[in-house]
Amino acid sequence: MTRLTRMRFRNQAGWRDAPARLAASALAVLLPALFLGLATLSGPARAEVRIDITRGNIEPLPIAVTDFFGVAPEEAALGAQISDVVRANLERSGLFKPLDKRAFIQTAASVDVSPRFSDWRIINAQALANGAIAIQPDGTVRVEMRLWDVFSETYMDGAAFSSERSNWRRIAHIVSDRIYQRITGEGGIFDTRVVYVAESGPKDRRVKRLAIMDQDGANHRFLTDGTSLVLTPRFSPAQQEITYLSYFNDRPRVYLFDLQKGRQELLGEFPGMTFAPRFSPDGNSVVMSHAREGNSDIYVMDLRSRNPIRLTSHPDIDTSATFSPDGSQITFESDRSGSQQIYVMDSDGRNQQRISFGRGRYATPVWSPRGDLIAFTKQRSGRFHIGVMRPDGSGERLLTESFLDEGPTWSPNGRVIMFFRQEPGEQGGVALYSVDVTGYNLRRVVTPGDASDPAWSPRNR
Amino acid sequence: MRFKIVSLIAAMAFVSACATEPEEDAAASSAGAQETQAAAPAPAAAPAAAAEQIAPGSQRDFIVNVGDRVYFDFDRSDIRGDQVATLEAQAAWLQNFRGVTIVVEGHADERGTREYNLALAERRANAHKDYLVSLGVDPARVETVSYGKERPAVLGSNEAAWAQNRRGVVVLRNAPAS
Repeated sequence: MTRLTRMRFRNQAGWRDAPARLAASALAVLLPALFLGLATLSGPARAEVRIDITRGNIEPLPIAVTDFFGVAPEEAALGAQISDVVRANLERSGLFKPLDKRAFIQTAASVDVSPRFSDWRIINAQALANGAIAIQPDGTVRVEMRLWDVFSETYMDGAAFSSERSNWRRIAHIVSDRIYQRITGEGGIFDTRVVYVAESGPKDRRVKRLAIMDQDGANHRFLTDGTSLVLTPRFSPAQQEITYLSYFNDRPRVYLFDLQKGRQELLGEFPGMTFAPRFSPDGNSVVMSHAREGNSDIYVMDLRSRNPIRLTSHPDIDTSATFSPDGSQITFESDRSGSQQIYVMDSDGRNQQRISFGRGRYATPVWSPRGDLIAFTKQRSGRFHIGVMRPDGSGERLLTESFLDEGPTWSPNGRVIMFFRQEPGEQGGVALYSVDVTGYNLRRVVTPGDASDPAWSPRNR
Repeated sequence: MRFKIVSLIAAMAFVSACATEPEEDAAASSAGAQETQAAAPAPAAAPAAAAEQIAPGSQRDFIVNVGDRVYFDFDRSDIRGDQVATLEAQAAWLQNFRGVTIVVEGHADERGTREYNLALAERRANAHKDYLVSLGVDPARVETVSYGKERPAVLGSNEAAWAQNRRGVVVLRNAPAS
């Protein structure tokens, strides 16, 4: 309990209340199907169990997550499923160590009574999450959760959620985010999705399909049938659309895919190839590259007027543009200096400045949602790395190394980076991985088959 | 005049096909498959006997008797001196079969990031096209498309494979297959 130090409140005002507000408003707006009845019983702020996510290689916090209590067998079964998902989420984050439920002295019980903390101290649980589930007469489920600090014997957080029963996994992710937020002080990452390129077949005739799944791999589905080669999908901020490259009719161009309607639409009529698209943070425009007669430059297109504006006009390759989270700047890569390097410019194309000066090539810059870092792919001495640097180019840190690591994408809280790793050789596979921005907790992201070009969604869909 | 050039090239291709075959066999029996590929930088050489049945003006004629591809150095898109002969042969053939339109595909090896390689391969396809145009091919007959690192010609993660994947490939649009 000592290492868990009760401490280090970050002095950002109001962090404690922010997650609850965020969850309530975003959910109400974006997912009307999930009615959120929030019973936040905000406890008093005291020294309490807490993880400082900014430190690398921390000891995972032992947490007990009980099977959520249900009276009817049907409810109890669903409660156990929800808790399984919560435990798996917390474990994968690398920040928590969910304890084996077989060691629990108390089993699932009503949330209305205070837990016997001594029973949880014996198994060294530092935090306890329990909950209850009830299936309502109208068929919806109501899930209540409580979070407790075992050593200081205090109530930390509580919330209740109601939704269609089919949304139970989503409830589990929201519960997981709630625990993560309360204990780390950071926004959650579990109620998110990943869109990526599913690969199959021999490497010289690779079939590539757009696929989408929850961050834990559940609810996987393919969005395209593989007839056309597709690359580099990216979410719109509201997650209703994906922009990507398709070789539809053997012409590589940028498209929009409407997730609700399941339709794809060509974005703009350019002579030549368009590629490397990304939405602006307000979702109103897409920045992309346009190649014509051997020269790639960066354009931004307003999605209403469909009027393209050219931002760079350099005879060398300018590509892989991404907006800063406030939309005021764009980072991109260019080989105008003789090799690939990272640049930053204002979002109208002015003030183009190189920020990477280390040895090697720098590519695919992506601005963190927090604004504090730019993630990139670095190529040096025949090896590939995922790394981060500050937007002024200082503080470069390499997080990974392999034969080929490429294409970083940020978790919505800016603490985790997903990318893809390709193994060498004819049979070398390609898979998604995630790593904390501290450089720790490298993990393979499970997909049904080979996978590349991941894009992590914003929080809440 | 044109036919003379074509037949001369055809004869050269015939000779070189004959000359390389024993080497390929030897390499295949002694060394690994990757080295076999490395030993044959030219496009797949057709069996010598079949060469005589190839119809002039066909896709096969172009591949066997001219060579459908040129190679580039790492991260470069300028035309290499040792590739000029192939480009001249391609231009001569295209001048001879003026009804044929072409797509020049640009390709990159796997040692680069996806989006940059799309741009690089587009630059290669255009360098290839521009060279053909400079030799008299009507630009209206030539389209380009970039495949980046998506369609390697040779599998394997070694310099020999990468060298063959950094390429421009002429695909005939409206010519018979053989």
